[in-house]
Amino acid sequence: MKKVIPGLLVFIVALFIWWLACRTGVFPAYALPSPGQVLLSFKEEFKAGRLVNDVVASLWRVFVGYYVAALLAIPLGLWLGRQPRVRNALLPMLNFFRFLSPLAWIPFAILWFHIGDKPAFFLIFMSTFFPLVLTVMAAVATIPSIYFRVAHDYKYTGWELLTKVTFPAVLPQLITGLRVTYGIAWVVIVAAEMVGCQDGLGYGIWEARNGLRLDSAVCYMIVIGLIGMGIDRILYQFTKLSNVRWGYER
Amino acid sequence: MSVGVMKDSRTTGSLLLEKVAHGYNGLQVVHEVNLAVQPGELVVLVGPSGCGKTTLLNLLSGFLTPVSGTVRTEGLVRTVYQQDGLFPWLTVGENIGMGLRGVKDKGRQERELRELLELIHLGQFRDHYPHQLSGGMRQRVELARVVAGDSDILLMDEPFSALDYQTRIRMRQELVQLLEKRPRTVVFVTHDIEEAVVLADRVLVLSQRPTRIVRELVIQAPRPRNPTDDVVVGATRVILEELGLQVHR
Ligand SMILES: Nc1ncnc2c1ncn2[C@@H]1O[C@H](COP(=O)(O)OP(=O)(O)OP(=O)(O)O)[C@@H](O)[C@H]1O
Ligand SMILES: [Mg+2]
Repeated sequence: MKKVIPGLLVFIVALFIWWLACRTGVFPAYALPSPGQVLLSFKEEFKAGRLVNDVVASLWRVFVGYYVAALLAIPLGLWLGRQPRVRNALLPMLNFFRFLSPLAWIPFAILWFHIGDKPAFFLIFMSTFFPLVLTVMAAVATIPSIYFRVAHDYKYTGWELLTKVTFPAVLPQLITGLRVTYGIAWVVIVAAEMVGCQDGLGYGIWEARNGLRLDSAVCYMIVIGLIGMGIDRILYQFTKLSNVRWGYER
Repeated sequence: MSVGVMKDSRTTGSLLLEKVAHGYNGLQVVHEVNLAVQPGELVVLVGPSGCGKTTLLNLLSGFLTPVSGTVRTEGLVRTVYQQDGLFPWLTVGENIGMGLRGVKDKGRQERELRELLELIHLGQFRDHYPHQLSGGMRQRVELARVVAGDSDILLMDEPFSALDYQTRIRMRQELVQLLEKRPRTVVFVTHDIEEAVVLADRVLVLSQRPTRIVRELVIQAPRPRNPTDDVVVGATRVILEELGLQVHR
């Protein structure tokens, strides 16, 4: 409880500043909706059922794109980490794509996959796959060689070496990497849906802008932020697993 | 072999170095070392820092191939490394269990694990992780892991050098007890002369780099020994003399 109070206090102050900005009329009312207006619009969105539908659509897209990316990136990273020559060959290209904003792929995403879930899957994949491969690869490459010598002494080879030594040795860093890339995915989905989809949280903001309903836009923004935090909290729970604590406590 | 009894006193591991020399691109580190270690023997190598002790162990374990000469080992070799070698993602029990991977019978595995935990006085720490233990406790787990199961030859690279003096003395006693129960062929590396003399059947004194054996000292007194025993003090004097460290008044 003690830990929550300071955060709550900051929230109340922020809310007050927002309210004050509205009262003093720094921006015209149509450009800065007040807390009260946003609350009303929340009610409206819920009643219409649109908000819930958009949340589900966005979560589904992030889930699929991110899941596929992780499913491919983690094994590839584990393998590359132990293959210095292949790693060196692929590193420049992986880095290139990592620094290429996924939004640059939007024209292709739409031409290749048209409008709907698919371009969003694609953009989420492109934005998370490369950083994840690089994270896992770098983590594997920096495993102290002593662990592999011990593994050799105790006859760990092949699949067992991968699952019982390499994987647990990078798990703490992998969890951190998953949290970071999930953050990227959640940011990218909003932009992806503004252009590639007919629903979803990003599309909701876009619609609100077109209809000059900024109160609705703010209510979507709040939902995006809260869900992002919520899922990160869930991922954070993995850092409490007893067999990864060592990675965070020294 | 009867069930329940761990590896019996028929120790099998032996080691042989013949005219072994080694270096790292131009730097001559090991200079023609000849060494035969008998089954069940505890040989201690003492030498100054950087003289090539770890290199010698790497040659013995087969991790390095000598530039010239031959290395022959008979038996399963395990090493306690100079750096922390426990897997931090495994508990104490699981780490020791690594040494029992070769034991097929699950019941025997469990019995051995219990016995080893008792032997190193960590029965209550079975489910603790290495980062939750003190340095001395971690080192005891390492000892239990290398003697677990069917190992024959143990290579130990300054296993106690990171510990404080009192813990070190206690750890030597624990090692002696452990080897009493589970005899192994041991090559133990240290720069601590007292430690060498307290533990060894035979002490080999190494020179500065390029290293060679400058003195061999057989110590017949039964273990456990105290640093204050006459044999120990006498042998220490001989080694200090050899290294030119004994002061004459
Ligand atoms: N991989 C390596 N490449 C190049 N030189 C090395 C390598 N390993 C060791 N050396 C050199 O060989 C010499 C002996 O090293 P070694 O680690 O065997 O010494 P040591 O006797 O174990 O020292 P310490 O007591 O400090 O552990 C050192 O001078 C070191 O510079
Ligand atoms: Mg060394």
